Amino acid sequence: MNILLITEQRDAQWNKISFETLAAAQQIAAETGSRLAAVVIGSGVAALAGELAASKLDEVLLVEHGLLAAYTPDGYTIALRQAIAHAKPDLVLLPHTYQVRDFAPKLAASLGKGMIGDCIACRNENGKLIFVRQMFQGKTASDVVFEGAGPWFATFQAGAFRADLAAQGASKAAVTPISVDLQPEQIRTRPLELFREAKQAVDLTQAPILVAVGRGIKAPENIPLAEKLAKILGGELAASRPICDEGWLPMDRQIGSSGQTVAPKLYLALGISGAIQHVVGMKGSRTIVAINKDQNAPIFEIADYGIVGDLFEIVPALTEELEKNQGI
Amino acid sequence: MKIVVCIKQVPAKDAPLSITDASWIRETDIGFEMNEPDSYALEEALRLKEKHGGEVIAVSMGPERVKQTIKEALAKGADRGMHIADDKAHTLDPLGAAKSLAVAIEREKPDLVLTGLQSDDQGFGQTGVLLAELLGLPHATLIMQIDAKDGGLRVKRELEAGWFQWIEMPMPAVLTIQSGINKVRYATLKGIMAAKKKEISTMTRESLGVAHEPTQRIERIYVPSKTKKTEFLTGTPKEAAAKLVEKLKHEARVL
Repeated sequence: MNILLITEQRDAQWNKISFETLAAAQQIAAETGSRLAAVVIGSGVAALAGELAASKLDEVLLVEHGLLAAYTPDGYTIALRQAIAHAKPDLVLLPHTYQVRDFAPKLAASLGKGMIGDCIACRNENGKLIFVRQMFQGKTASDVVFEGAGPWFATFQAGAFRADLAAQGASKAAVTPISVDLQPEQIRTRPLELFREAKQAVDLTQAPILVAVGRGIKAPENIPLAEKLAKILGGELAASRPICDEGWLPMDRQIGSSGQTVAPKLYLALGISGAIQHVVGMKGSRTIVAINKDQNAPIFEIADYGIVGDLFEIVPALTEELEKNQGI
Repeated sequence: MKIVVCIKQVPAKDAPLSITDASWIRETDIGFEMNEPDSYALEEALRLKEKHGGEVIAVSMGPERVKQTIKEALAKGADRGMHIADDKAHTLDPLGAAKSLAVAIEREKPDLVLTGLQSDDQGFGQTGVLLAELLGLPHATLIMQIDAKDGGLRVKRELEAGWFQWIEMPMPAVLTIQSGINKVRYATLKGIMAAKKKEISTMTRESLGVAHEPTQRIERIYVPSKTKKTEFLTGTPKEAAAKLVEKLKHEARVL
């Protein structure tokens, strides 16, 4: 097989998840005896291509054009189609980033092909590649296979593979520049400058203990219950996305793919079901405690300690127990 | 402004899921509801109509039961509905699903097509982007604000780690809406009554003339195996709480 990895950068800075997908691509290439090439796409990114060429792979394709300086789905799709025409891959692998979600289904569909997105694993069963992805917000997993002829497209979720397992090559791979034919009028959207909203008030990444609330907290009036627990633990209050969407807690308290990624020594998940969008932001925590009324909630798959029950009974009992321990 | 909003019906959030023939879940005995991310797209469509005038058309694909979700959209203020009747919709791959939707939408020649960012069941998260490609329209995803003026759009796109970006684009266009962009309304009694008189047109994959060779197939659905052994603490709330504090102090040593 020919495998093509598409990496991601912005302003000539790697999106580090690219190396997780590199590790995945190297592993699949080794298991299937495939040739591995990788694309670096952008403008003024030759140095990144040179750096990537030190990895264990067969070729780096440098896809550069002035119109690729800022990301657009049209520009990326047109340019990557030319890279694909050159490399003739059977399998195209990408990291499952917001940017990839924005263009990869379009790129695949423009070739009449499909994409298996947000995979958490891939295994080779007698030459057949099986991709594992979650469904129903992580309550079930599914084994998915490609049908028909390639190129096939697949994306891997953050944390699915370890970037530190990406291997260096014995010698530097060749860097091949791909000449890109791209006209300004082919790009229909005009991206403006990136910006951040008001400076983040709390840096949850620095908190040693986090008490996070999810939908199970039911109403904004109940937040103080969690707040009290966070206070006695000397921790910060955090939340899953729906809580911030509802405006019950500010957006800067949000943990997950669209919020902050944290790894505290203790993470207490109160009434959080454990949808993947949340879990990717906290699964690196040292100790995870989950309190949830549903014993089948996916959060229990990653929890060290679990209590199945009504958080409105358990949280006050826990707060009281901690107060007692601290002699207050 | 003529807006088509794509709405999926998915199992209710608290529905107990059981796997039947290893390729799908048991659908009997569980409730269904509007896919939450799509409810934000619907709300945004209704707000744009209130501001700029026009029409909101809600389209949903699936078996007979999805009509209930279309009716909910009509009760909230959508003007009419389109039901792509398809008992096997859950077996379609993302491209196959998008192809049916694209043909149905193309007939309407909308100015704007809105979808949620992903569905809470299969969670492919591809429909909006695929529709853009199939309809030949520009698109932007994970949108947190829409300003429409002079036949064009200025939209705020959410990036990772708290970054945003404004994007200018022409219409017609496809946008996928980020959850939390707005506060979703409830249907009023008046709206529910009015919905009874609104039209829902029905079509099928066959009547739309869509033929699709699947690009992927789900071989098996299963309850994921645990990567970590969870120690469950039982007893009364007080007992469980005491056990947890004990464990956190002496076993995990995090207190």
